[in-house]
Amino acid sequence: MQARRATREGLGVALATSAYGVSFGALAVASGLDVWQTCVLSLLMFTGGSQFAFVGVIGAGGLAAIPAAIASASLLGVRNVAYAMRMAPVIGGPVWRRAAAAQFTIDESTAVALAQTAPRARQVGFWVTGIGIYVGWALSTLIGALLGDLLGDPRAYGLDAAAAAAFLALLWPRLRERQAIVVGIAAAVVATLLTPVLMPGLPVLIAALVAIVVGVFNWFAAPGSTGGFVEPDDVPEREGLP
Amino acid sequence: MTLWNAVLLASIVCVGLKAIGYLIPPKVLEAPRPARVADLLTVALLAALVAVQALGVGQGVVVDARVPALVVAAGLLLLRAPFLVVVVAAAATAAVLRLWGWAA
Repeated sequence: MQARRATREGLGVALATSAYGVSFGALAVASGLDVWQTCVLSLLMFTGGSQFAFVGVIGAGGLAAIPAAIASASLLGVRNVAYAMRMAPVIGGPVWRRAAAAQFTIDESTAVALAQTAPRARQVGFWVTGIGIYVGWALSTLIGALLGDLLGDPRAYGLDAAAAAAFLALLWPRLRERQAIVVGIAAAVVATLLTPVLMPGLPVLIAALVAIVVGVFNWFAAPGSTGGFVEPDDVPEREGLP
Repeated sequence: MTLWNAVLLASIVCVGLKAIGYLIPPKVLEAPRPARVADLLTVALLAALVAVQALGVGQGVVVDARVPALVVAAGLLLLRAPFLVVVVAAAATAAVLRLWGWAA
């Protein structure tokens, strides 16, 4: 019974998330990747925030920004370490099962799994969401990439604005605590101020230092809060990123 | 480095990060500091990317049709609109403003 509800939830989240693979595909092609490179990102990297960051930095800085693009994508992938640590005891079973689970460990699958209470329902929620998004995201990326190839000048269609909006939508559900809001604003200001003086890609990386400094010293924390890892409760239901 | 190498290298790093999480003893997450830094890192990177995508053109900072588009996106997010609606509305805003010549 609970497993059936987890299945339903997982499929719903997978459907909603897969839909915006189209926007990733189109943006990636507009940033200068070819259709195959775009699809490899969705099949192999398979973590939306990192994928959007990679193509965003390449789009801004071209081939010279490759090191910064790799670094941005990798840093955004760091949160998956925390998700994987959460999921390890939930997945359980033999080693091969956890090895298979690794690639499907993303915001949505973790959130749907942890939203269930029964151990079996947690596993069902994880696998249905993870595999469902993997398949849907790959297909919609291909569609978006092919469409993007046909469109021509990306600015005429507002695709550059779409990229900014995509990052804002990914950021939005994370801006609940005062600490996160302060870090977000400070990082945006730092990145903007450094844009004219550094090569494209680097301002984003240096802005990330804001998070490390604030996080280590726990500045701006709400009174009584110890900070710590916040589970992405309603992130997938609304707009989570794979 | 070619774009293909970059695509593969960044992908392998991201897959590796997911795998590492299954090898670390879960106790590490109970320490608030690394968990907090990982969380805030995501926020800072996404916020910086919003700023750079909305204002940057190579090494310049330019206010153009992307800014009103981002305002529209923020308004829709406040109304809890879904991701795809937000992204499409932002693109449409910028496209229309450019078509009418109201913004660069």
